[in-house]
Amino acid sequence: MNFMASKQPENSLLGPEADSQRTLYPYVTGTSVVALKYKDGILMAADMGGSYGSTLRYKSVERMKPIGKHSLLGASGEISDFQEILHYLDELILYDNMWDDGNSLGPKEVHNYLTRVMYNRRNKFNPLWNSLVLGGVKNGQKYLGTVSMIGVNFEDNHVATGFGNHLARPILRQEWHENLSFEDGVRLLEKCMRVLLYRDRSAINKLQIAKITEEGMTISQPYSLKTYWEFSAFANPAQGAVGSW
Amino acid sequence: MFRNQYDTDVTTWSPAGRLFQVEYAMEAVKQGSAAIGLRSKTHIVLGCVNKANSELSSHQKKIFKVDDHIGVAIAGLTADGRVLSRYMRNECINYSFTYESPLPVGRLVVQLADKAQVCTQRSWKRPYGVGLLVAGLDESGAHLYYNCPSGNYFEYQAFAIGSRSQAAKTYLERRFENFADSSRDDLVKDALMAIRETLQGETLKSSICTVAVVGVGESFHILDQETVQQMINAFDIVGEQEGPAAEPDAAAGQEAAVDQGGSTGEGAAPMDI
Repeated sequence: MNFMASKQPENSLLGPEADSQRTLYPYVTGTSVVALKYKDGILMAADMGGSYGSTLRYKSVERMKPIGKHSLLGASGEISDFQEILHYLDELILYDNMWDDGNSLGPKEVHNYLTRVMYNRRNKFNPLWNSLVLGGVKNGQKYLGTVSMIGVNFEDNHVATGFGNHLARPILRQEWHENLSFEDGVRLLEKCMRVLLYRDRSAINKLQIAKITEEGMTISQPYSLKTYWEFSAFANPAQGAVGSW
Repeated sequence: MFRNQYDTDVTTWSPAGRLFQVEYAMEAVKQGSAAIGLRSKTHIVLGCVNKANSELSSHQKKIFKVDDHIGVAIAGLTADGRVLSRYMRNECINYSFTYESPLPVGRLVVQLADKAQVCTQRSWKRPYGVGLLVAGLDESGAHLYYNCPSGNYFEYQAFAIGSRSQAAKTYLERRFENFADSSRDDLVKDALMAIRETLQGETLKSSICTVAVVGVGESFHILDQETVQQMINAFDIVGEQEGPAAEPDAAAGQEAAVDQGGSTGEGAAPMDI
């Protein structure tokens, strides 16, 4: 008995045929992004890895990009969707500049625009599979926010995506304070990135740290963190708890 | 202006390079009751004369809040003005929703001007018969713009539109150099004085005028009748005699720092660039 079976409209994204037209799962992904506010602006760190499943396939992926004059965007998740977002933002900034007046979109405006985009895509069951970090400084005001692939967004003094939420945020909650110097900020970020390197299997030891201040954005050359693998727990990992395989 | 064979359609040029329908629309603005605006570095005040049709009716609303940081005063076909205010409110609210930030007034004014221009280039439309004094804030401070039916817009330090606006303009012309550093209250006083000029001898009271203020740290709002009446009494404007209203002459409106200027001479086309 089949009365009133609900039928999808022809152009909907649900239903078997439409699967080729929407994002079902990510393919090439970036791992955590970590960012914090410091004295002069925002510091953001991300490694340069693009994983293809469990393979660390691409090792020179820039996952942080400047947006306009005042903002910096970092992304984890599907790299091709990040590139798509950069394309949207390119157009947004272009039209903003074409007004040629004294006004410009600041980090708060870009963050909210991205929130609208991510949430609307989620509602159409065709998400951009990214977690984004948007930071910047405009007119002396520092701004740092994040948006997830389902449109959850908020601002904070320090944010992270993915594994960074579980491993880096607790460190930041303990050790972040107002008006960190640049050196202290970098040291704190490196501490977080080191933990992620040890514990996140999709992390690689090649990272960049980006800084954005009222003057503009700079991004470091890729570099590696020093690691120590001689901890006795690493030497004999099964000592405390013998595994079954 | 006299009827001629080139004035039937908005899409017909005259041999002298004029669009008469657009000019007629600007006449409609001149027939509406007066509206004035003036600004300092941080505040803008809008004022208008509100004459009710009869003692039984209420007066028409001519000042509209568009957003917390933008307001508009209109002169001309108030119905057209209402529709344009709704458009402006929509644009502001959509921008606020997307960017969580107020729409810069300079951008809204351009959008409004482009909307008006469309009506000067479609045979199935007519120009909006309303002039708008748009007061608002953006990143660079306080701004006052005048949008006319031709699709042109100009920025002003102070301006007046509508019937008998020339009297107000003359008053403002004399004082405008001081406005930039005026206090908010002095600005309101000058607005009331300018309104008084357009009344030509009639007593200024709060029941026949409306005043609105917007500024840095002050949302756009219309001052209530009591406050306005108190200010009128306090400044003793009613008794003050500034001399008879000046003869309407071909003088242009005043503008502060602008690329375009508008001149309203009797013979010249009103919308020279």
